Amino acid sequence: MTTSEAVAGGEPLRIKARRQINDRAIQQLFIMPTLVLLILWNVFPLFYSLFLSFTQYSHSGKAPPVWIGTGNFDALLNDPKIWAAFAVTGRYALLSVLSQTLIGFGLALLLRAKFKANGLLTTLILIPMMLSPVIVGMFWRLIFNPLMGIFNYMIGFWNPTTAPIWLKDHALISVVIVDVWMWSPFVMLLCLSGLKAIPDYIYEAAEIDRASPWRQFWRITLPHVAPLLLLAVLFRTIEAFKAFDLVMGLTGGGPGNVTETVSVALYRMVFQGQARTGMASALAYVVLIVIIAVSNVYIWYLNKMKEA
Amino acid sequence: MASTRVEHAFSRVGPGFAVVESVRVDQITPRARLGITARLILSIIIAFVMLIPVLWMAMTAFKARPDATASPPKVIFVPSLDGFIGLFTNRTQLSAAALAEQQQRTDLNFWERQTLARGMRILGPSKFVSQLSNSLIIAISSTILAVTLGLLSAYAFSRYDIPGKRDWLFFILSTRMLPAVVVTIPIFLMYRAVGLYDTHVGMILLYTVFNLSFSVWLLKGFIDEIPIEYEEAALVDGYSRLQAFRKIVLPQCVTGIAATAVFCLIFAWNEYAFALMLTSEKARTAPPAIPANLGIGGIEWHVIAAGSMLFLIPVVIVTFALRQYLLRGVTFGAIRQ
Repeated sequence: MTTSEAVAGGEPLRIKARRQINDRAIQQLFIMPTLVLLILWNVFPLFYSLFLSFTQYSHSGKAPPVWIGTGNFDALLNDPKIWAAFAVTGRYALLSVLSQTLIGFGLALLLRAKFKANGLLTTLILIPMMLSPVIVGMFWRLIFNPLMGIFNYMIGFWNPTTAPIWLKDHALISVVIVDVWMWSPFVMLLCLSGLKAIPDYIYEAAEIDRASPWRQFWRITLPHVAPLLLLAVLFRTIEAFKAFDLVMGLTGGGPGNVTETVSVALYRMVFQGQARTGMASALAYVVLIVIIAVSNVYIWYLNKMKEA
Repeated sequence: MASTRVEHAFSRVGPGFAVVESVRVDQITPRARLGITARLILSIIIAFVMLIPVLWMAMTAFKARPDATASPPKVIFVPSLDGFIGLFTNRTQLSAAALAEQQQRTDLNFWERQTLARGMRILGPSKFVSQLSNSLIIAISSTILAVTLGLLSAYAFSRYDIPGKRDWLFFILSTRMLPAVVVTIPIFLMYRAVGLYDTHVGMILLYTVFNLSFSVWLLKGFIDEIPIEYEEAALVDGYSRLQAFRKIVLPQCVTGIAATAVFCLIFAWNEYAFALMLTSEKARTAPPAIPANLGIGGIEWHVIAAGSMLFLIPVVIVTFALRQYLLRGVTFGAIRQ
């Protein structure tokens, strides 16, 4: 309002100065709340737990944190249970990301063709990805149940007495199966967008040059989808290293600690048993460093894609 | 006839062979049509198999307890509302005399009659009712906050030349990559110290922060797509920055805002790790609460299924509404369809 009056009054110089000040105020006003919240809820806690990781502290007791230097890190690196948790996480990440990539890419190749109801079918297949992992995990307990579950019946074990008891004998594989069920659609979604972006004329040209379908796949399809496929793999790897919800819902880390991923181990360390808060903070930092390493690759890659 | 000739031409392909006859590549041959039908059928089968767990959950929700835990599992059953009654109410078994007395009453509503038919009386709503409403309150409030703040920042990042812009955006995105379990320990101690542990406000603020990075990135993508010339024209016409923002930018990115809001809503609705560790009674949401029902009185699978189904249905509906934006959402706006 004031600006338009000023325009009518014919004072262009003053308006310009005022608008610039306004702009800076707007910038500050618009960005500050976000940054303040992120700093209070993310940056400050990270420094706080960095401090805690060098102390002996239990949040259930009254004693204040006691500085013990690198004691927690020494203890962690010598603890075979922690190494076991990292091994479980690594195996889980490798198995599930590999299967998701293959299945997701396969589904995308299947659904790329233009046929009736293809959009509807794609959306239906995408549903598992959107659901709450903990609730999905918990419900799969019933599905895997040797007596009442349908999984064994579906894969052909009709006799409950001889059928495998998934959550007891193959717990990690069970988690991988549910993870693959949930997240293959994610890989499929990314691959589909890559496939749809390949112009038809490339295939037409290849057809005219008599390139075999096999050759077309290796020389046209795969190179075009590769960036998105890699993005999906990176993203799923990060998520697999963070695995918590699904594992808690499905096995709770058990039986014993067969499916205890790093996140579950961390949770058990703080909120179950002795509440070793200082030690857990140290472990959190170790996990953080691993995740940051992988995430940086991911974010760097995202930025590169945005520029392209 | 035509198709066999095409096949013949394809049978001797490669650099060593002369091109005997040309092939039309724009025509759908019967063989290609067969391929498409095969793909369609295969896709239908796969979609069905993928949805079996979800369908099974919906079926179990409507089973009576013995049907839900039958072995072998029952595909055909008499529908029952047992699961939902178990989910929403605390009940007590009535004695024969009290039962007869209750049956005389005519002022009972549908649910009370249903419970009475099972020889029980409703004592009151179960904990799940308040947990579900907690989920709703926390998810909706945090979504409004995250989208509002995210929209403002996204606009500033999209339209101004802010020093160190890339670094700030990188920082904002990196906060999203932190595993929940890692940041929970200090946040838990912080909340306990300032009295935010197990409160709605604490959870709303936490989910707002959790969603902010996402909403900034996604909305920035949507705002980037609005030609800056519109605003420049408005500014020349005498609009102030805020007016231009309100009257030009906002209407242009309504769909973007809606898509972002729905994604934030789903994240907050599904979130488990923070809720498990930072709430206990008052502000507990549904995701950590549904598995906790497992222990009570044996495993009541029909009750769990009923709760899970109610919890998942909104997400399934929303997935359909969002299908155009799914890709954008799951890649933080990096890829646009």
